[in-house]
Amino acid sequence: MTPILPSERAALMNRAQNIKGRSLWTDARRRLFRNRAAVVSLAVLGTIALMAIFAPLLSPYTYEEADFSLVSCAPDWWRMETARCQAGGAHWFGTDAVGRDLFVRTLFGARVSLAVGLVATGVSLLIGVTYGATAGFIGGRIDEAMMRFVDVLYSLPFIFFVIILMVVFNRNFILLFVAIGAVEWLTMARIVRGQTLSIKQKEFVEAARAAGVSSFGIIRRHIVPNVVGPVVVYVTLTIPAVILAESFLSFLGLGIQEPMTSWGVLISEGATQMENAPWILAFPALFMAVTLFCFNFIGDGLRDALDPQDQ
Amino acid sequence: MHFYAVRRILGAIPTLFVIITLAFFMMRIAPGGPFDGERRLPPEIERNIAAAYNLDRPLHEQYLIYLGNLLQGDLGPSFRNRDFTVSQLIAVGLPVSLRLGVSAIILALFLGTTLGVLAALNQNRAADYSVMTVAMIGITIPSFVTAPLLTLIFGVYGVSIFGLDLSLPVGGWNGGALRNMILPVTVLALPQVAIIARLVRGSMIEVLHSNYVRTARAKGLSSYRVVTRHALRAGLLPLVSYIGPAAAGLATGSLIVEQIFGLPGIGRYFVQGALNRDYTLVLGVVILYATAIITLNLVADILYRVLDPRVKYD
Repeated sequence: MTPILPSERAALMNRAQNIKGRSLWTDARRRLFRNRAAVVSLAVLGTIALMAIFAPLLSPYTYEEADFSLVSCAPDWWRMETARCQAGGAHWFGTDAVGRDLFVRTLFGARVSLAVGLVATGVSLLIGVTYGATAGFIGGRIDEAMMRFVDVLYSLPFIFFVIILMVVFNRNFILLFVAIGAVEWLTMARIVRGQTLSIKQKEFVEAARAAGVSSFGIIRRHIVPNVVGPVVVYVTLTIPAVILAESFLSFLGLGIQEPMTSWGVLISEGATQMENAPWILAFPALFMAVTLFCFNFIGDGLRDALDPQDQ
Repeated sequence: MHFYAVRRILGAIPTLFVIITLAFFMMRIAPGGPFDGERRLPPEIERNIAAAYNLDRPLHEQYLIYLGNLLQGDLGPSFRNRDFTVSQLIAVGLPVSLRLGVSAIILALFLGTTLGVLAALNQNRAADYSVMTVAMIGITIPSFVTAPLLTLIFGVYGVSIFGLDLSLPVGGWNGGALRNMILPVTVLALPQVAIIARLVRGSMIEVLHSNYVRTARAKGLSSYRVVTRHALRAGLLPLVSYIGPAAAGLATGSLIVEQIFGLPGIGRYFVQGALNRDYTLVLGVVILYATAIITLNLVADILYRVLDPRVKYD
């Protein structure tokens, strides 16, 4: 092998500096955007979220304003439109049993449901990651005891704990958010703990330690990036689970209370009216179903994108 | 083996104990008592009521009394249904809920396994994709949406095929008549069908690619025999460990189904109790569900070890 001349070396170094490295995240993003279902889901979900945020600007009606002359009116474009309802102006999704505009109410339901999804997932993320990382990092007896406690809580469907909390604290709006998050952290803790535990023993961590990298440096450069992937995937799967849980409770009358609304409340109202006014059930149910599907597709897409070993 | 079973059973007791304790104290830190009504009662009467329900004792004494009664199968009086004990209410509701749950799981096992095997045998073909799409819908759409939809189609509009009336009653128990069971059991079973189909598909695909199945094929056995004699046995094994989660899913689903169809099961009592803040009733039902689910998890674990010799008895 011929030795590299200093001039050549400079040129090589130059070229090397111009090559843009592809980080894990660029790769993941590229893979995610190649997944058609995930991209469409992102777009649909974005639209629903924007509509929910700007709901008050999209319609002249408010979510609590009742018009008793327009009780249970079909959407304008529905062929069931009667003379009584034609006088009432444009209600794109029709009106509910007390004459409130269903389009606005569906979007306000989206606000509550999406907010619950984000806040409760945030709470579960905070508790789960802290708990799991602590257990995984400390290891040994403490880890065993901490995980045993998780097993205990696991053996009961979490919705029962939320219902107990709602009974105890009297169906409070904020508490609902926190309560769902406070019982949804178990899986998160397990994932983070398992991940921390296994990465701690990997050769590259050993190599980093041998090279003299500090504990903090190892956590920041090696543990965190490797834990983030599974956590992000699980977060996208927790959000729909939380939305479902909130709707479940609201449907039973244990969640959000009137006149505030959520998809669960709207669906439960719609279920009682579906014989003569099926649209009251149809639109909220459709919005919720589409949202849940979107989150599932995005979750699947992210899982494929963030797990290169699984190709 | 026996050592493992004994250890698992002993391990389940503290789990149950922790859940009972947690549930009890969560109920008791509630602000406001169960008898706070619109009207203020005279203080003597309030004192008497509190004494009758042991509410005047210190909290730790109440807890010990509750545990003591629990060991004798006494879940205490219902705070709202004045003339009934919680055990009496559960005794009324349990047969209904059990019948619903058992019917649903039988239906789910039958349908889910069939669909899962069908998908696995046709991997990446039309049948597979359609089963998996249906399964995804079944998992995503919650029962409180499917229940009204099915009621609308089969109950309200009524369906008739070839002059055969297929319409079903929209609610009520009617002494457990088959016609009244069809809709609730279907709604309860749907998510389980979807999950079981996915589970069976995954494990069957794995088994069908394994060496011993290839050997069976190489011996010249017919496809039917390979599947029924060799692949199914191993392929259905994961279902055993799904017993516990299935029970949990059915318990959760029964809350909705019994409410929507107006069935007098414990799920409905639980929801009513939660809405009325009937502490003892809620506590009693939670303890019952927890016991059932923990027991089923236990049975599943032990059964799995018996059925799968590869798992070590440590």
